[in-house]
Amino acid sequence: MDRTLPFFPEQASTAAGRVDALYYFLIAVSAFFTLLIAVLLVYFAVKYRRRSESERPQPVAGSLKLEIAWTVIPLAISMVMFFWGASLFFALSRPPEGAIEIYAVGKQWMWKFQHVDGQSEINELHVPVGRPVRLTMASEDVIHSFFVPAFRTKTDVLPGRLSTAWFEATRPGRYHLFCAEYCGTKHSGMIGWIVAMDPVEYQTWLGGGAATGSLADAGQKLFQQHACNTCHRPDSLARGPNLEGLFGKPVRLASGQTVTADESYLRESIVAPNAKLVEGFQPLMPTYQGLISEEGILQLIAYIKSLGQPPATQQQVPASGAPSPGRTPATSAPGRATP
Amino acid sequence: MSAVPVPRAAEVPDYLNARYGVKSWLLTRDHKRIALLYLASVTVFFFLGGAFAVLIRLELVTPAGDLVQSETYNKLFTMHGVIMIFFFLIPSIPAVLGNFLVPLMIGAKDLAFPRLNLLSWYIFVAGGIFTLWSVVHGGLDTGWTFYTPYSTTYSNTAVITAGIGIFVTGFSSILTGLNFIVTIHRMRAPGLTWFRLPLFIWSHYATSLIMVLGTPVLAITVLLLVAERAFRLGIFDPALGGDPVLFQHLFWFYSHPAVYIMILPAMGVISELVTAFSRKNIFGYRFVAYASVGIAVLGFFVWGHHMFVSGQSVYAGMIFSILSFLVAVPSAVKVFNWTATLYKGSVSFQTPMLYTFGFIGLFTIGGLTGLFLASMGLDVHVHDTYFIVAHFHYIMVGGAIMGYLGGIHYWWPKISGKMYPEGLARFAALILFVGFNLTFFPQFILGYLGMPRRYHAYPDEFQVLNVMSSAGASILGVGYLIPMFYLAWSMRYGKDAPANPWGATGLEWRTPSPPPTENFAETPVVTWEPYHYSDAPVEVKGGGGSSDATGEAPARA
Repeated sequence: MDRTLPFFPEQASTAAGRVDALYYFLIAVSAFFTLLIAVLLVYFAVKYRRRSESERPQPVAGSLKLEIAWTVIPLAISMVMFFWGASLFFALSRPPEGAIEIYAVGKQWMWKFQHVDGQSEINELHVPVGRPVRLTMASEDVIHSFFVPAFRTKTDVLPGRLSTAWFEATRPGRYHLFCAEYCGTKHSGMIGWIVAMDPVEYQTWLGGGAATGSLADAGQKLFQQHACNTCHRPDSLARGPNLEGLFGKPVRLASGQTVTADESYLRESIVAPNAKLVEGFQPLMPTYQGLISEEGILQLIAYIKSLGQPPATQQQVPASGAPSPGRTPATSAPGRATP
Repeated sequence: MSAVPVPRAAEVPDYLNARYGVKSWLLTRDHKRIALLYLASVTVFFFLGGAFAVLIRLELVTPAGDLVQSETYNKLFTMHGVIMIFFFLIPSIPAVLGNFLVPLMIGAKDLAFPRLNLLSWYIFVAGGIFTLWSVVHGGLDTGWTFYTPYSTTYSNTAVITAGIGIFVTGFSSILTGLNFIVTIHRMRAPGLTWFRLPLFIWSHYATSLIMVLGTPVLAITVLLLVAERAFRLGIFDPALGGDPVLFQHLFWFYSHPAVYIMILPAMGVISELVTAFSRKNIFGYRFVAYASVGIAVLGFFVWGHHMFVSGQSVYAGMIFSILSFLVAVPSAVKVFNWTATLYKGSVSFQTPMLYTFGFIGLFTIGGLTGLFLASMGLDVHVHDTYFIVAHFHYIMVGGAIMGYLGGIHYWWPKISGKMYPEGLARFAALILFVGFNLTFFPQFILGYLGMPRRYHAYPDEFQVLNVMSSAGASILGVGYLIPMFYLAWSMRYGKDAPANPWGATGLEWRTPSPPPTENFAETPVVTWEPYHYSDAPVEVKGGGGSSDATGEAPARA
């Protein structure tokens, strides 16, 4: 057990150093102004201490120059903080292309993770270092929040929608996973570990898991179980849209709008099919809310994604790192060569 | 009582002795007596909320959740938050000091609506008792934030009754705000123009605006919450077709401005104290006054900074972030002006001034750490950790409660007609400052290390800092008990207070201590600027209770 008293958590992701840099800047500014005020208070209080009860100091007229100075200078410094903080947030909120996909479900009071290859884990998540990992998360009940202090990442996981988070671990190790949003009785028990592994070991770990088939296979089973395939089929008998090659493509709706068929759209189309009806189809599909668990929905999404991806996005994968603001060359450096 | 002005105040009974009996208190329309009713009630709530805090800190001494069950722990921090925020911090300065001082400071005989004032106290007490009753019957474990769908669907506790209690209490806030706004507009003494008003009045005016405009939104939010929980109307729970983030928007639309309801009145107190104990006019009067209004207005547009990681749009987050930085500027302006007020002053170190120094220092730290939370990229890490717990305790305990205690000491001679024991009071102020920092500073580090808030049990590596925090809390607790005892003691055994023990310039010091029921024998006519310490009378010290400080303003050039 570590008995030292650290002031900063470990840095174990590409984001950690960047968040800490902003933190150090804010600490420096705060320390400067706190000291400035403290020194001025003490200095004035001592220098102008009351020497006799009948003392009546002369009034001091205000100073417009000073007022402007101590309005404009804090404003300017805070705008630096704003731009720094907002651009960092913007960069950290966009997962880079080509990230490893992992699906997560939060429920009272556990985290369940599913890898694309089919391994599933509870309260523990194995990831490789040096590769971005993108989490698609759903909540079975209340709001949870996926928080890994060593990665400086936190995302609320809300019921009724999908949340995404991403990180790229830089150092192998075991890191705390906390639920940060109060979720009921055993909130403080909804904790676990992120195990960041060397990519080679990670491959071994993936291979060694007792997987019963990939996530998409599980989704396919559900797809048949719920008889989705009687309507969603490629031939002329289809009463629902063909799902092959659908993922990531624009969809024209009956309302005239166009949406992209991303994970959130697919989820909504399962639980609330008539909310965004596809052009040319009747509102025949019943809701599957409550009939399929959040895990099942994630499996279905993985299956639909596996039904042929549009060639355009697949081509972009190798070019990933460059255009994404989330990965600067420096932070990507520690990434190891994949076997 | 005779309406004819009485030349010698000594012949007029003060408000405490004007009438006797329980009925004379429970049916009073005197704003000063109502202030004391509030003082008694919020003190009870403060020690109740404090008792919950003691149990929380005891539990957190060890990493394992071993002192109480998880269910109990969750109820403890929920009730600590609910009681401290809705039943202590929000009413504390406005309903006690504001009630007592707003009419006195503007030369009025009472608030504009004395019956409404009494009604607001009854509503407060009714709401408070109802909420406490709900704790006894089933407790409340949602956190004071009532986040949905936990509160509407999953919690097994008395959410509906607690919600109704808070709903009812809100009306007391609305009525008090309304009363202050009308009083400040309509009842100022002749010559008391807006820019001659004490800054305490400006900050209470700004606070009242928030109370009147913000509290109804809380009422609506709580009603929707109750409707969903009781009748399964789909508003917030996605399983019923609702949106849980909608609740957060509605809740923080009130509850962020509510932070300013807590801190603005304390800022008003500090403006009075820093001038009185440096015998100086305030530096930059208009800037301090406008800063209060600026904070009140801007404070309504920053609520989304509580939701940077809730899946709110990145662009909405950016707007809320930049507005949150903007609201920090008027707070900074105030701190600089208070500091500059000491320059070339005559600084004394009586207890209220010690609280003032404490307030400025702690509020500065609390305000600056707010910038960490407004920076979106950094907030991702510190959101919902002990960092934010430390931050808002620096604002609410280090700021609002230090201001409240400073104000209680400063106006105690006026309120009770007695002096508090100075030496013991200074000692308590020091103890509070030390205890406060030891309690809450380690929590900043804990939060950055990653300890989430509302955790019943925590990993071992967080223990050292938690033990420091709990040790500090025990010192802090003692610091709160000492004033409680000597203030009660002084009511009987304290030295009689002169009309103006501090040589201060406000109108409230131009009437005897304690004042007569109608405050001033004659309505004062104000011909001077605020905080005119350079030409204030020197010989105010000494004279007992109600010497020659009648309503008449001393002649001045």
